[in-house]
Amino acid sequence: MAYPASTSIVVEDVTKTFTLRYHRTLKQMTVAAVKGREISDTFNALSEVSFTVEQGESIGLMGLNGSGKSTLLKLINGVMRPDSGSVLTRGRIAGLIATGAGFHPQLTGRENVFLNAAVLGMTDAETRRKFDAIVEFADIGRFLDSPVGHYSSGMQARLGFAVAIHVDSDIFLADEVLAVGDKPFKQKCLERMQEVRDSGRTLFYVSHAAGSVRKMCDRVIVLDKGRLAFDGGVNEGIKFVKYDEGTTSDDELSDDELGSDI
Amino acid sequence: MTEAGLRHVVDAPLESPAPSSGLLNVFRRRYLLRLLVKREISARYQASVLGLFWSYINPLSQLFIYWFVMGKIIGRGTEMLAIHVFCGLIVVQFFVETFNAGTRSIVRNKALVQKMAVPREMFPVASMLVSLYHMGPQLVILTFICALCGWTPDPLGMAGFVLAVAIIMLLGTALALMFSVANVFMRDASSVVSILTNFVRFSVPMIYPYSLVDSRFGSFAQFYLLNPIADAVLLVQQAFWVGTTKNPDAIQAVNIPDNLFAFSFLALGVSALLLVIAQLIFMRFENKIPERL
Repeated sequence: MAYPASTSIVVEDVTKTFTLRYHRTLKQMTVAAVKGREISDTFNALSEVSFTVEQGESIGLMGLNGSGKSTLLKLINGVMRPDSGSVLTRGRIAGLIATGAGFHPQLTGRENVFLNAAVLGMTDAETRRKFDAIVEFADIGRFLDSPVGHYSSGMQARLGFAVAIHVDSDIFLADEVLAVGDKPFKQKCLERMQEVRDSGRTLFYVSHAAGSVRKMCDRVIVLDKGRLAFDGGVNEGIKFVKYDEGTTSDDELSDDELGSDI
Repeated sequence: MTEAGLRHVVDAPLESPAPSSGLLNVFRRRYLLRLLVKREISARYQASVLGLFWSYINPLSQLFIYWFVMGKIIGRGTEMLAIHVFCGLIVVQFFVETFNAGTRSIVRNKALVQKMAVPREMFPVASMLVSLYHMGPQLVILTFICALCGWTPDPLGMAGFVLAVAIIMLLGTALALMFSVANVFMRDASSVVSILTNFVRFSVPMIYPYSLVDSRFGSFAQFYLLNPIADAVLLVQQAFWVGTTKNPDAIQAVNIPDNLFAFSFLALGVSALLLVIAQLIFMRFENKIPERL
């Protein structure tokens, strides 16, 4: 189990099982037991997934809804632990798994920036140093000192993205990044993520958009019903999930590229 | 890929990204803990004109009610009854608030717990600290009123007060840890907790003096003192209430059990042990928290 110093992420034989409970109250459970129905069921969100990622690689994670992409990302982020197998990472992780998770609607944008940055592992001094850059990127102007609860969903997402992208991370995870936000902002995010990639950080990008995966990534991993279905080159991967069928061109910044279908 | 010519070298071990759990880890991330506590406190008083002033008004009004109803209407014999009650109230409210808010803390911070890798013990601990903070204004009021009644602090009493706070901190955190994780699996837990906390108020010598317990139960009063919260209340009464009465020595002899400190250290030990057990239970179930929320 020795990995070279350049290994960034190791996912080894990982299985994650979820328990589904059909009946929650005592009454429902009694009725179900009497009628001989299942009280709970399990399903494997991920089964025996293995791969390693080198530092600086940018991975496009693709697959249909419910194929286990988000679960895999949560395991790499450390929110969940695998039931069997192991996940190992090197260095600090930041991500857009949940932009603005933990934003408190009653606190102002400014207070929330500090809180969110602390959740992502930044110190007070670090946040202060980057505060102006974060605010500038989020572009929320004079709303900075009003409660986040009054923000539009796009503004909340912008603020969340701005914090996450300014964390000095070694691994950057991006899920549902471009689902919210207008076109100029999406464009700005993509540019910023390219910068992240070019700075040698490991990028893990979940997207349904073939165009942006092609632009951003140099390797594609495809999950199918929780199993690793494909791991290899970008074009082959996109062909594998058949996402480029029906799209005519990707030379313009089309929906294909922006992932508006998420 | 290193197309940009930049080689990003990471000087860190390959390790599990999940935060190593445990209360120690919570204190390693003190900065985040402090922000979470601040968030709770400032969110509570946001958009209110009087702001923090409310946390003085509320205990003052309670003090007035007990003084009027218990002292003037019912008019029982205990000397300085309002202060007697208030000493108990401070302890009980600290405990009840920690227990209640701590139990709900993980479910309430769903968004964070499901998506960010933070040690989950953080939330019950933060609830305890917020409750501790709310004790501050009550303590100010208590000290002020006691001083008006001719009370002067004595070292033994103050040591007892610190011991009382320590007992409730440990006990409250232990119970909050256990019930917060239970609440994730069955939301019934928070209902159970609110019923349990109803008993707390009457299981301590707050609206009745300890001398009554002693005279009614005789040698069984020892068992009453096995309740850590009752010990904490008595410690606070010893620190504040006794000194406000006309004849402190006589009051001390009748209303404060002789072996109170022995029982209190026992309570502290039991609470610490309970906290260890709570931590083990928490770790046992913690893995399933994100998916069950």
